[in-house]
Amino acid sequence: MAKRSIVPFGPQHPVLPEPVHLDLVLEDETVVGAIPSIGFIHRGLEKLVEKKDFKQYVYIAERVCGICSCGHGMGYCESVERVMGIEIPRRAEYLRTIWVEMSRVHSHLLWLGLLADAMGFESLFMECWRLREKILDMFDRTTGGRIIFSVNCVGGVLKDMDGAMLRAIRETVDQMEQELEPIMTTFIKDYSVQLRLRGLGILSREQAILQGAVGPMLRGSGVEYDTRMLGYAAYGDLDMEPIVGTDGDAYARCEVRAREIVQSFNLIREAIDKIPQGPISVPVKGNPQGEYFMRIEQPRGEAIYYTKGNGTKFLDRFRLRTPTTSNIPPMVEMLKGCQLGDVPLLILTIDPCISCTER
Amino acid sequence: MQVKEDINEIRPIEKDEFLSEIICLKMDAWRLVQICAVRIEDGFELSYTFCKEYRMVTLRLITKEQEEVSSITQIYPCAFMQENEMKELFGVPVRELAPDYHEKLYRIDRETPFKEKG
Repeated sequence: MAKRSIVPFGPQHPVLPEPVHLDLVLEDETVVGAIPSIGFIHRGLEKLVEKKDFKQYVYIAERVCGICSCGHGMGYCESVERVMGIEIPRRAEYLRTIWVEMSRVHSHLLWLGLLADAMGFESLFMECWRLREKILDMFDRTTGGRIIFSVNCVGGVLKDMDGAMLRAIRETVDQMEQELEPIMTTFIKDYSVQLRLRGLGILSREQAILQGAVGPMLRGSGVEYDTRMLGYAAYGDLDMEPIVGTDGDAYARCEVRAREIVQSFNLIREAIDKIPQGPISVPVKGNPQGEYFMRIEQPRGEAIYYTKGNGTKFLDRFRLRTPTTSNIPPMVEMLKGCQLGDVPLLILTIDPCISCTER
Repeated sequence: MQVKEDINEIRPIEKDEFLSEIICLKMDAWRLVQICAVRIEDGFELSYTFCKEYRMVTLRLITKEQEEVSSITQIYPCAFMQENEMKELFGVPVRELAPDYHEKLYRIDRETPFKEKG
Protein backbone atom coordinates (compact mmCIF):
# COMPACT_ATOMS: atom_id res chain seq x y z
CA MET A 1 0.00 0.00 0.00
CA ALA A 2 1.30 3.45 -0.91
CA LYS A 3 2.59 5.62 1.90
CA ARG A 4 0.74 8.91 2.19
CA SER A 5 2.64 12.04 3.23
CA ILE A 6 2.44 15.82 2.99
CA VAL A 7 5.41 17.70 1.57
CA PRO A 8 5.61 21.50 1.92
CA PHE A 9 6.83 23.09 -1.30
CA GLY A 10 7.93 26.72 -1.62
CA PRO A 11 7.63 29.68 -1.22
CA GLN A 12 11.40 29.61 -1.78
CA HIS A 13 12.57 27.15 -4.39
CA PRO A 14 15.31 27.38 -7.05
CA VAL A 15 12.80 26.98 -9.87
CA LEU A 16 10.05 29.25 -8.52
CA PRO A 17 10.33 32.80 -9.81
CA GLU A 18 7.82 34.07 -7.26
CA PRO A 19 6.62 33.07 -3.79
CA VAL A 20 3.86 30.50 -3.79
CA HIS A 21 3.55 27.69 -1.29
CA LEU A 22 1.96 24.30 -1.90
CA ASP A 23 1.13 21.57 0.56
CA LEU A 24 1.56 18.54 -1.65
CA VAL A 25 -0.29 15.38 -0.67
CA LEU A 26 1.75 12.43 -1.92
CA GLU A 27 1.23 8.72 -2.21
CA ASP A 28 4.82 7.55 -2.42
CA GLU A 29 6.16 9.94 -5.10
CA THR A 30 2.83 10.61 -6.80
CA VAL A 31 0.94 13.83 -6.11
CA VAL A 32 -2.70 13.15 -5.24
CA GLY A 33 -3.62 16.63 -4.04
CA ALA A 34 -2.24 20.11 -3.51
CA ILE A 35 -3.35 23.09 -1.43
CA PRO A 36 -1.91 26.40 -2.63
CA SER A 37 -1.04 29.30 -0.32
CA ILE A 38 -0.13 32.82 -1.25
CA GLY A 39 -0.06 35.96 0.90
CA PHE A 40 3.67 36.59 1.19
CA ILE A 41 3.63 39.86 -0.78
CA HIS A 42 0.12 41.30 -0.54
CA ARG A 43 0.21 45.06 -1.18
CA GLY A 44 -3.44 46.12 -1.27
CA LEU A 45 -3.02 48.21 -4.43
CA GLU A 46 -6.74 48.08 -5.27
CA LYS A 47 -7.47 49.97 -2.06
CA LEU A 48 -5.39 52.92 -3.27
CA VAL A 49 -8.18 54.03 -5.64
CA GLU A 50 -9.68 55.65 -2.55
CA LYS A 51 -6.62 57.87 -2.12
CA LYS A 52 -5.36 58.49 -5.67
CA ASP A 53 -7.55 60.16 -8.23
CA PHE A 54 -8.47 58.15 -11.30
CA LYS A 55 -5.78 59.77 -13.46
CA GLN A 56 -3.00 59.28 -10.90
CA TYR A 57 -4.04 55.66 -10.41
CA VAL A 58 -2.61 54.72 -13.83
CA TYR A 59 0.83 54.75 -12.21
CA ILE A 60 -0.36 52.33 -9.52
CA ALA A 61 -1.98 50.01 -12.09
CA GLU A 62 1.30 49.92 -14.02
CA ARG A 63 3.11 48.81 -10.90
CA VAL A 64 0.93 45.79 -10.25
CA CYS A 65 3.48 43.78 -12.25
CA GLY A 66 6.79 44.47 -13.94
CA ILE A 67 6.39 42.27 -16.98
CA CYS A 68 2.74 43.12 -17.72
CA SER A 69 3.11 46.74 -16.63
CA CYS A 70 2.13 48.33 -19.94
CA GLY A 71 -0.85 45.99 -20.33
CA HIS A 72 -2.12 46.74 -16.83
CA GLY A 73 -1.88 50.47 -17.52
CA MET A 74 -3.72 50.00 -20.79
CA GLY A 75 -6.41 47.75 -19.27
CA TYR A 76 -7.08 50.24 -16.50
CA CYS A 77 -7.19 53.21 -18.88
CA GLU A 78 -9.48 51.41 -21.33
CA SER A 79 -11.89 50.51 -18.53
CA VAL A 80 -12.03 54.14 -17.31
CA GLU A 81 -12.35 55.41 -20.89
CA ARG A 82 -15.31 53.11 -21.50
CA VAL A 83 -17.01 54.26 -18.31
CA MET A 84 -16.50 57.89 -19.36
CA GLY A 85 -17.31 57.31 -23.03
CA ILE A 86 -13.94 58.66 -24.17
CA GLU A 87 -12.82 57.79 -27.68
CA ILE A 88 -9.07 58.00 -27.87
CA PRO A 89 -7.19 58.81 -31.12
CA ARG A 90 -6.49 55.85 -33.42
CA ARG A 91 -2.78 56.58 -33.31
CA ALA A 92 -2.83 56.15 -29.53
CA GLU A 93 -4.58 52.80 -29.93
CA TYR A 94 -1.90 51.64 -32.37
CA LEU A 95 0.90 52.81 -30.09
CA ARG A 96 -0.64 50.94 -27.16
CA THR A 97 -0.91 47.83 -29.32
CA ILE A 98 2.73 48.01 -30.39
CA TRP A 99 4.00 48.40 -26.82
CA VAL A 100 1.72 45.68 -25.48
CA GLU A 101 2.80 43.23 -28.19
CA MET A 102 6.43 44.03 -27.45
CA SER A 103 5.63 43.25 -23.81
CA ARG A 104 4.19 39.89 -24.88
CA VAL A 105 7.43 39.05 -26.70
CA HIS A 106 9.39 40.12 -23.62
CA SER A 107 7.20 38.02 -21.31
CA HIS A 108 7.20 34.88 -23.44
CA LEU A 109 10.96 35.00 -24.02
CA LEU A 110 11.48 35.42 -20.30
CA TRP A 111 9.23 32.44 -19.63
CA LEU A 112 10.84 30.26 -22.31
CA GLY A 113 14.21 31.04 -20.72
CA LEU A 114 12.93 30.05 -17.29
CA LEU A 115 11.51 26.85 -18.72
CA ALA A 116 14.84 25.99 -20.40
CA ASP A 117 16.62 26.70 -17.11
CA ALA A 118 14.17 24.44 -15.24
CA MET A 119 14.92 21.67 -17.73
CA GLY A 120 18.66 22.16 -17.23
CA PHE A 121 19.09 23.49 -20.77
CA GLU A 122 21.36 26.39 -19.83
CA SER A 123 22.46 27.50 -23.30
CA LEU A 124 18.83 27.72 -24.44
CA PHE A 125 18.01 29.79 -21.36
CA MET A 126 20.81 32.22 -22.18
CA GLU A 127 19.76 32.48 -25.82
CA CYS A 128 16.17 33.37 -24.82
CA TRP A 129 17.25 36.02 -22.37
CA ARG A 130 19.86 37.42 -24.77
CA LEU A 131 17.13 37.90 -27.34
CA ARG A 132 14.82 39.43 -24.76
CA GLU A 133 17.38 42.18 -24.14
CA LYS A 134 16.67 43.55 -27.63
CA ILE A 135 13.04 44.18 -26.69
CA LEU A 136 14.09 45.84 -23.43
CA ASP A 137 16.46 48.04 -25.43
CA MET A 138 13.53 49.01 -27.70
CA PHE A 139 11.46 49.92 -24.65
CA ASP A 140 14.35 52.07 -23.51
CA ARG A 141 14.64 53.81 -26.88
CA THR A 142 10.92 54.43 -27.27
CA THR A 143 10.00 55.33 -23.68
CA GLY A 144 13.13 55.87 -21.60
CA GLY A 145 12.32 52.90 -19.35
CA ARG A 146 13.15 49.23 -19.70
CA ILE A 147 10.52 47.56 -17.51
CA ILE A 148 7.94 49.99 -16.13
CA PHE A 149 7.74 52.75 -18.67
CA SER A 150 4.47 54.59 -17.98
CA VAL A 151 3.20 55.43 -21.44
CA ASN A 152 -0.54 55.10 -20.83
CA CYS A 153 -2.84 57.82 -19.61
CA VAL A 154 -6.59 58.14 -19.49
CA GLY A 155 -7.39 59.56 -22.92
CA GLY A 156 -4.46 58.12 -24.87
CA VAL A 157 -0.71 57.76 -24.46
CA LEU A 158 2.02 60.06 -23.17
CA LYS A 159 4.69 59.35 -25.77
CA ASP A 160 4.75 59.18 -29.54
CA MET A 161 7.07 57.36 -31.94
CA ASP A 162 8.38 59.07 -35.05
CA GLY A 163 8.97 57.38 -38.40
CA ALA A 164 12.62 56.60 -37.68
CA MET A 165 11.68 54.97 -34.39
CA LEU A 166 9.00 52.85 -36.02
CA ARG A 167 11.48 51.75 -38.71
CA ALA A 168 14.00 50.84 -36.00
CA ILE A 169 11.38 48.69 -34.25
CA ARG A 170 10.56 46.98 -37.51
CA GLU A 171 14.22 46.24 -38.20
CA THR A 172 14.69 44.91 -34.67
CA VAL A 173 11.64 42.68 -35.02
CA ASP A 174 12.87 41.32 -38.38
CA GLN A 175 16.27 40.59 -36.89
CA MET A 176 14.78 39.01 -33.79
CA GLU A 177 12.55 36.77 -35.87
CA GLN A 178 15.60 35.36 -37.64
CA GLU A 179 17.39 34.83 -34.36
CA LEU A 180 14.30 33.27 -32.81
CA GLU A 181 14.05 30.57 -35.47
CA PRO A 182 16.70 28.18 -34.07
CA ILE A 183 15.35 28.76 -30.56
CA MET A 184 11.82 27.92 -31.73
CA THR A 185 13.08 24.84 -33.53
CA THR A 186 14.76 23.66 -30.35
CA PHE A 187 11.67 24.19 -28.21
CA ILE A 188 9.32 22.58 -30.70
CA LYS A 189 11.41 19.80 -32.22
CA ASP A 190 14.29 18.95 -29.88
CA TYR A 191 14.17 15.39 -28.60
CA SER A 192 15.17 16.26 -25.01
CA VAL A 193 12.58 19.04 -24.74
CA GLN A 194 9.84 16.77 -26.07
CA LEU A 195 10.88 13.99 -23.72
CA ARG A 196 10.66 16.38 -20.77
CA LEU A 197 7.37 18.08 -21.67
CA ARG A 198 5.21 15.72 -23.73
CA GLY A 199 2.41 14.07 -21.80
CA LEU A 200 3.28 15.98 -18.63
CA GLY A 201 0.60 17.85 -16.64
CA ILE A 202 -2.30 17.20 -18.97
CA LEU A 203 -5.27 19.52 -18.55
CA SER A 204 -8.23 18.43 -20.64
CA ARG A 205 -10.39 20.92 -22.52
CA GLU A 206 -13.31 20.26 -20.13
CA GLN A 207 -11.15 20.72 -17.03
CA ALA A 208 -9.59 23.88 -18.47
CA ILE A 209 -13.07 25.41 -18.79
CA LEU A 210 -14.36 24.10 -15.47
CA GLN A 211 -11.28 25.25 -13.58
CA GLY A 212 -11.35 28.68 -15.24
CA ALA A 213 -7.98 28.53 -17.03
CA VAL A 214 -6.95 31.50 -19.16
CA GLY A 215 -4.36 32.40 -21.78
CA PRO A 216 -1.85 29.85 -23.12
CA MET A 217 -3.04 27.47 -20.40
CA LEU A 218 -6.58 27.52 -21.87
CA ARG A 219 -5.48 27.60 -25.51
CA GLY A 220 -2.97 24.81 -24.91
CA SER A 221 -5.97 22.65 -23.97
CA GLY A 222 -7.65 23.33 -27.28
CA VAL A 223 -9.99 26.21 -26.39
CA GLU A 224 -9.96 28.89 -29.05
CA TYR A 225 -10.27 32.00 -26.88
CA ASP A 226 -8.12 35.10 -27.09
CA THR A 227 -9.62 38.40 -25.97
CA ARG A 228 -7.68 40.26 -28.65
CA MET A 229 -10.34 38.90 -30.99
CA LEU A 230 -12.73 41.43 -29.41
CA GLY A 231 -10.88 44.11 -31.34
CA TYR A 232 -9.96 46.49 -28.50
CA ALA A 233 -7.08 48.95 -29.08
CA ALA A 234 -5.95 48.45 -32.70
CA TYR A 235 -6.55 44.68 -32.84
CA GLY A 236 -9.75 45.11 -34.86
CA ASP A 237 -7.63 46.34 -37.78
CA LEU A 238 -5.00 43.61 -37.52
CA ASP A 239 -4.90 40.10 -38.84
CA MET A 240 -4.78 37.46 -36.14
CA GLU A 241 -6.34 34.19 -35.03
CA PRO A 242 -5.87 32.54 -31.62
CA ILE A 243 -2.99 30.07 -31.45
CA VAL A 244 -4.33 26.83 -30.06
CA GLY A 245 -2.69 23.60 -28.90
CA THR A 246 -4.40 20.25 -28.75
CA ASP A 247 -2.79 17.99 -26.19
CA GLY A 248 -3.23 20.15 -23.06
CA ASP A 249 0.20 19.11 -21.74
CA ALA A 250 3.28 21.11 -20.78
CA TYR A 251 4.55 20.85 -24.36
CA ALA A 252 1.30 22.35 -25.76
CA ARG A 253 1.58 25.33 -23.40
CA CYS A 254 5.20 25.82 -24.42
CA GLU A 255 4.34 25.59 -28.12
CA VAL A 256 1.48 28.10 -27.83
CA ARG A 257 3.74 30.65 -26.16
CA ALA A 258 6.57 30.11 -28.63
CA ARG A 259 4.21 30.56 -31.62
CA GLU A 260 2.65 33.63 -30.01
CA ILE A 261 6.03 35.36 -30.17
CA VAL A 262 5.99 35.06 -33.97
CA GLN A 263 2.35 36.18 -33.98
CA SER A 264 3.35 39.26 -31.96
CA PHE A 265 6.12 40.06 -34.44
CA ASN A 266 3.53 39.97 -37.24
CA LEU A 267 1.12 42.16 -35.29
CA ILE A 268 3.85 44.71 -34.55
CA ARG A 269 4.84 44.84 -38.23
CA GLU A 270 1.23 45.21 -39.36
CA ALA A 271 0.54 47.91 -36.76
CA ILE A 272 3.64 49.84 -37.90
CA ASP A 273 2.44 49.63 -41.52
CA LYS A 274 -1.07 50.81 -40.68
CA ILE A 275 -0.50 53.36 -37.92
CA PRO A 276 -2.31 56.59 -38.82
CA GLN A 277 -0.98 60.10 -38.24
CA GLY A 278 -2.67 62.34 -35.70
CA PRO A 279 -2.80 63.26 -32.03
CA ILE A 280 -1.91 60.77 -29.31
CA SER A 281 -4.37 61.84 -26.63
CA VAL A 282 -7.57 63.73 -26.03
CA PRO A 283 -8.41 66.01 -23.10
CA VAL A 284 -10.37 64.32 -20.34
CA LYS A 285 -13.16 66.31 -18.76
CA GLY A 286 -15.30 65.31 -15.81
CA ASN A 287 -15.12 62.25 -13.59
CA PRO A 288 -16.10 58.62 -14.15
CA GLN A 289 -19.66 57.67 -13.30
CA GLY A 290 -20.77 54.11 -13.97
CA GLU A 291 -19.07 50.74 -14.23
CA TYR A 292 -17.39 48.53 -16.80
CA PHE A 293 -15.75 45.10 -16.96
CA MET A 294 -12.85 45.43 -19.39
CA ARG A 295 -10.99 42.33 -20.54
CA ILE A 296 -7.67 42.30 -22.31
CA GLU A 297 -5.21 39.57 -23.26
CA GLN A 298 -2.09 39.87 -21.19
CA PRO A 299 0.89 37.58 -22.01
CA ARG A 300 -0.22 35.20 -19.25
CA GLY A 301 -3.86 35.30 -20.30
CA GLU A 302 -7.11 37.19 -19.97
CA ALA A 303 -7.11 39.91 -17.32
CA ILE A 304 -10.27 41.64 -16.08
CA TYR A 305 -10.33 45.31 -15.07
CA TYR A 306 -13.48 46.35 -13.24
CA THR A 307 -13.97 50.04 -12.69
CA LYS A 308 -16.81 51.63 -10.79
CA GLY A 309 -16.99 55.41 -10.63
CA ASN A 310 -19.27 57.58 -8.51
CA GLY A 311 -18.92 60.92 -10.28
CA THR A 312 -16.02 62.09 -8.11
CA LYS A 313 -12.33 61.93 -8.98
CA PHE A 314 -11.94 58.90 -6.69
CA LEU A 315 -13.26 55.59 -7.93
CA ASP A 316 -15.62 53.54 -5.80
CA ARG A 317 -13.84 50.36 -6.75
CA PHE A 318 -11.14 49.07 -9.03
CA ARG A 319 -10.76 45.33 -9.27
CA LEU A 320 -8.09 43.53 -11.25
CA ARG A 321 -8.47 39.80 -11.77
CA THR A 322 -5.08 38.74 -13.00
CA PRO A 323 -4.37 35.69 -15.19
CA THR A 324 -2.47 33.84 -12.46
CA THR A 325 -5.46 34.11 -10.09
CA SER A 326 -7.40 32.09 -12.64
CA ASN A 327 -4.58 29.70 -13.46
CA ILE A 328 -3.83 28.52 -9.90
CA PRO A 329 -6.94 26.26 -9.61
CA PRO A 330 -6.22 24.47 -12.94
CA MET A 331 -2.59 24.14 -11.86
CA VAL A 332 -3.72 22.31 -8.73
CA GLU A 333 -5.85 20.05 -10.92
CA MET A 334 -3.07 19.20 -13.36
CA LEU A 335 -0.61 18.42 -10.56
CA LYS A 336 -2.74 15.45 -9.53
CA GLY A 337 -1.12 12.28 -10.78
CA CYS A 338 2.28 13.81 -11.52
CA GLN A 339 5.54 12.85 -9.82
CA LEU A 340 7.03 15.03 -7.07
CA GLY A 341 10.08 15.73 -9.27
CA ASP A 342 7.85 17.25 -11.98
CA VAL A 343 6.09 19.72 -9.67
CA PRO A 344 8.52 22.67 -10.12
CA LEU A 345 8.38 22.40 -13.90
CA LEU A 346 4.60 22.11 -13.93
CA ILE A 347 4.15 25.15 -11.72
CA LEU A 348 6.32 27.02 -14.17
CA THR A 349 4.12 26.03 -17.11
CA ILE A 350 1.30 28.28 -15.87
CA ASP A 351 3.81 31.18 -16.01
CA PRO A 352 2.91 32.25 -12.48
CA CYS A 353 3.03 35.88 -11.42
CA ILE A 354 2.26 36.05 -7.73
CA SER A 355 2.96 39.79 -7.51
CA CYS A 356 0.09 40.33 -9.97
CA THR A 357 -2.12 37.90 -8.10
CA GLU A 358 -1.67 39.53 -4.72
CA ARG A 359 -1.76 43.13 -6.02
CA MET B 1 -9.67 39.50 -38.62
CA GLN B 2 -13.28 38.73 -37.76
CA VAL B 3 -13.88 40.85 -34.65
CA LYS B 4 -16.09 39.08 -32.12
CA GLU B 5 -19.02 40.96 -30.68
CA ASP B 6 -18.21 42.21 -27.17
CA ILE B 7 -21.32 41.08 -25.26
CA ASN B 8 -20.78 42.29 -21.73
CA GLU B 9 -24.01 42.08 -19.78
CA ILE B 10 -24.68 42.71 -16.07
CA ARG B 11 -27.72 40.78 -14.84
CA PRO B 12 -29.20 41.41 -11.35
CA ILE B 13 -30.15 38.21 -9.56
CA GLU B 14 -32.11 37.36 -6.41
CA LYS B 15 -30.54 35.28 -3.67
CA ASP B 16 -33.01 32.39 -4.02
CA GLU B 17 -32.25 32.02 -7.73
CA PHE B 18 -28.53 32.43 -7.33
CA LEU B 19 -27.26 28.84 -7.01
CA SER B 20 -29.70 27.41 -9.56
CA GLU B 21 -28.56 30.03 -12.08
CA ILE B 22 -24.90 29.15 -11.40
CA ILE B 23 -25.68 25.45 -11.93
CA CYS B 24 -27.35 26.29 -15.26
CA LEU B 25 -24.27 28.21 -16.36
CA LYS B 26 -22.02 25.31 -15.43
CA MET B 27 -24.22 22.81 -17.28
CA ASP B 28 -23.99 25.08 -20.30
CA ALA B 29 -20.14 25.07 -20.08
CA TRP B 30 -19.67 28.69 -19.04
CA ARG B 31 -16.26 29.47 -17.56
CA LEU B 32 -16.01 31.36 -14.24
CA VAL B 33 -14.06 34.52 -14.98
CA GLN B 34 -14.05 36.58 -11.80
CA ILE B 35 -15.75 37.33 -8.50
CA CYS B 36 -15.75 40.85 -7.14
CA ALA B 37 -17.16 42.50 -4.02
CA VAL B 38 -17.99 46.19 -3.76
CA ARG B 39 -18.90 47.86 -0.47
CA ILE B 40 -22.24 49.63 -0.61
CA GLU B 41 -24.08 51.55 2.08
CA ASP B 42 -25.56 48.69 4.12
CA GLY B 43 -24.00 45.65 2.59
CA PHE B 44 -22.17 44.36 -0.45
CA GLU B 45 -22.64 44.24 -4.20
CA LEU B 46 -21.24 40.93 -5.43
CA SER B 47 -20.43 40.30 -9.09
CA TYR B 48 -19.88 36.82 -10.50
CA THR B 49 -18.68 36.97 -14.09
CA PHE B 50 -18.83 34.07 -16.57
CA CYS B 51 -17.68 33.64 -20.15
CA LYS B 52 -18.70 31.35 -22.95
CA GLU B 53 -16.78 31.79 -26.16
CA TYR B 54 -16.69 35.60 -26.30
CA ARG B 55 -19.91 36.33 -24.44
CA MET B 56 -19.54 37.65 -20.91
CA VAL B 57 -22.30 37.73 -18.31
CA THR B 58 -22.06 39.12 -14.78
CA LEU B 59 -24.56 38.03 -12.16
CA ARG B 60 -25.11 40.84 -9.66
CA LEU B 61 -26.14 39.88 -6.15
CA ILE B 62 -26.87 42.47 -3.44
CA THR B 63 -26.48 41.30 0.16
CA LYS B 64 -26.86 42.86 3.61
CA GLU B 65 -23.78 43.26 5.78
CA GLN B 66 -24.16 40.16 7.96
CA GLU B 67 -26.11 38.12 5.44
CA GLU B 68 -24.44 34.84 4.51
CA VAL B 69 -23.77 34.02 0.87
CA SER B 70 -23.50 30.46 -0.38
CA SER B 71 -20.13 29.52 -1.75
CA ILE B 72 -20.15 28.37 -5.37
CA THR B 73 -17.10 26.13 -4.86
CA GLN B 74 -19.34 23.04 -4.91
CA ILE B 75 -20.29 24.01 -8.48
CA TYR B 76 -17.15 25.80 -9.65
CA PRO B 77 -14.23 24.49 -7.51
CA CYS B 78 -11.97 27.19 -8.96
CA ALA B 79 -13.95 29.90 -7.10
CA PHE B 80 -12.12 29.19 -3.84
CA MET B 81 -9.36 31.79 -4.29
CA GLN B 82 -11.66 34.66 -5.12
CA GLU B 83 -14.29 33.77 -2.53
CA ASN B 84 -11.62 33.55 0.16
CA GLU B 85 -10.37 36.93 -1.03
CA MET B 86 -13.75 38.65 -0.69
CA LYS B 87 -14.27 37.04 2.70
CA GLU B 88 -10.89 38.16 3.98
CA LEU B 89 -10.72 41.65 2.47
CA PHE B 90 -14.37 42.70 2.68
CA GLY B 91 -15.74 40.46 5.43
CA VAL B 92 -18.44 38.95 3.23
CA PRO B 93 -19.71 35.90 5.16
CA VAL B 94 -19.38 32.97 2.76
CA ARG B 95 -21.03 29.69 3.73
CA GLU B 96 -19.60 26.24 2.91
CA LEU B 97 -16.45 27.60 1.34
CA ALA B 98 -13.98 24.84 0.48
CA PRO B 99 -11.12 25.16 1.12
CA ASP B 100 -11.68 27.92 3.68
CA TYR B 101 -8.43 29.72 4.49
CA HIS B 102 -10.06 31.35 7.56
CA GLU B 103 -8.89 34.86 6.68
CA LYS B 104 -5.32 33.71 6.11
CA LEU B 105 -5.18 33.74 2.32
CA TYR B 106 -3.25 37.01 2.27
CA ARG B 107 -1.72 36.75 5.77
CA ILE B 108 -2.46 40.40 6.54
CA ASP B 109 -2.64 41.81 10.06
CA ARG B 110 -5.66 44.08 9.64
CA GLU B 111 -9.10 42.48 9.60
CA THR B 112 -11.27 43.11 6.52
CA PRO B 113 -9.25 46.13 5.32
CA PHE B 114 -11.51 46.80 2.29
CA LYS B 115 -14.73 46.88 4.33
CA GLU B 116 -14.45 50.50 5.42
CA LYS B 117 -13.37 53.33 3.12
CA GLY B 118 -10.23 55.33 3.80
